[in-house]
Amino acid sequence: MKIRLSRLAHARSGDKGDISNIGLIATRPGYYGILLREVTAGRVKEHFGSLVEGSVRRYELPNLGALNFVMEQALDGGGTISLRTDAQGKTHGAALLTMEIEVEPDELVD
Amino acid sequence: MIRIANGQGFWGDWLEAPVNLVHGGPLDYLTLDYLAEVTMSILQKQRKQDPKLGYARDFPPLVGRIARDIRERHVRVIANAGGVNPMECAREVVRVAQGLKVAVVQGDDLLDRIDALIRSGYELKNLDTGAPITAIRDRIQSANAYLGAFPIAEALATGADVVVTGRCADAALALGPMIAEFGWKTEDWGLLAAGVAAGHVIECGAQATGGNCQFDWQTTPDFAHIGFPLIEAHADGRMVISKQAGTGGRVTEATVMEQLVYEIGDPGAYITPDVIADFTTIQLAGDGENRIALTGVAGARRPEMLKASVSYHYGWKCIGSLVYSAPDAKAKAETADRMVRERLADLGLTFEKIHTEFFGINACHAHLAPHIDEPAEVQVRIGARDGDKRKLERFSREMIPLVLNGPPTATGYGEGRPAVREVVAYWPTLVPRSGVEATIEVIG
Repeated sequence: MKIRLSRLAHARSGDKGDISNIGLIATRPGYYGILLREVTAGRVKEHFGSLVEGSVRRYELPNLGALNFVMEQALDGGGTISLRTDAQGKTHGAALLTMEIEVEPDELVD
Repeated sequence: MIRIANGQGFWGDWLEAPVNLVHGGPLDYLTLDYLAEVTMSILQKQRKQDPKLGYARDFPPLVGRIARDIRERHVRVIANAGGVNPMECAREVVRVAQGLKVAVVQGDDLLDRIDALIRSGYELKNLDTGAPITAIRDRIQSANAYLGAFPIAEALATGADVVVTGRCADAALALGPMIAEFGWKTEDWGLLAAGVAAGHVIECGAQATGGNCQFDWQTTPDFAHIGFPLIEAHADGRMVISKQAGTGGRVTEATVMEQLVYEIGDPGAYITPDVIADFTTIQLAGDGENRIALTGVAGARRPEMLKASVSYHYGWKCIGSLVYSAPDAKAKAETADRMVRERLADLGLTFEKIHTEFFGINACHAHLAPHIDEPAEVQVRIGARDGDKRKLERFSREMIPLVLNGPPTATGYGEGRPAVREVVAYWPTLVPRSGVEATIEVIG
């Protein structure tokens, strides 16, 4: 079945120059494996489409049940250069949580 | 054990937070983080106009406000409020809070040393793009190395009540007092990494205590009186993140984790001037209500090169907007956008970039935003950016005429013609450690 990522995870995003990073955190330890399987760098790049012009790298933090996505050329030049309302990628975490992923019903606790 | 709290996550943060922290319970150190990436260039411009300026002007009046309390309660204050003029900042602190001893950490300012570094063979390449600094040499406005925590520890060793720094690593503000109190050495990588991790958790203020936290945000208690974060630091590297009793917000694994992953790159190598911390080794555990223990942090040898931030003149930008009400708000806003672009084309004006957002439809999330059939109103927001200021000045004249020339119900133009603003951009780079020497001076 398809569900939104927001059922399994929460996130915070921010900037460094033209880079936007999203920390994606499983709400339960058991959900980390689903994040690892479903939320690949490629899927995140595809999800953001024209919002992210550069590459997306994924880092793993199994100790926190979290993934970190580093997205390059993601802020129209970044900080002061950007013409976007969200020049610092503050809402990118919330945007990632709208992504649809595939899970088996018995993988969900609630 | 020492208690270190952070009362400002950026210049412009809640003015009452540091005052509440001093009054709210036992506290040994109060840190205040004022400097964002681009703040230095703003301060540089202020110093050019007045050699007595160039620091975070909120800071001296704050110290004046809490001077009596910090003296009576033995709270010591550490702030990077010095910006590009730490000495003048310190003098103003002494003037408004007489009797306090202030130590000033300097040596981060590299503006006069750029050419010497280039002559020595350092290209000062942009860390993100790889371009050499010669590409922007004549447009540089400020250049500062990130100092570490050891100069702060040295400043505290003078017995100062207040330590004022310029640019330093954000987490160094909290690590400095740990080094001073516990006698940690430059090669205590694990201990330093623990201090850096805890410092990173509190450096953005209330972002560690429920502010801007997505996890179940509706149940966050009492945002209005949110408590700012506090570290209980132990000499063996055990850190407990908490907040003072009776304050709003909360400290949970979720609030601490969101901050740990905030604005980081490779979590296995969180690079600071003092140590490279490995965030993939951090263990978090509940330690009572609103208390999270942070342990297990591994650290590796500090980097040979120091990070520096250079700011430079990039160009100009102008962003204008108009609001259209229902019915057909979106169609009207789209028509307005086409109209502006057609008129600019008629004038033969092209820009490095023009960007349109329909606020209320797609401004933040573009194609990912949920569809709305009939929005009550839509704001069309058009921005342009270019190196030629005259083109932007012409652009700034193109929004307001639409009120009478274009689709009906245009409003929300209260402030008139949008301002043309200078774009100062940020150039992250690396400089040799040998070219940066921190100095400590005490006044008051």
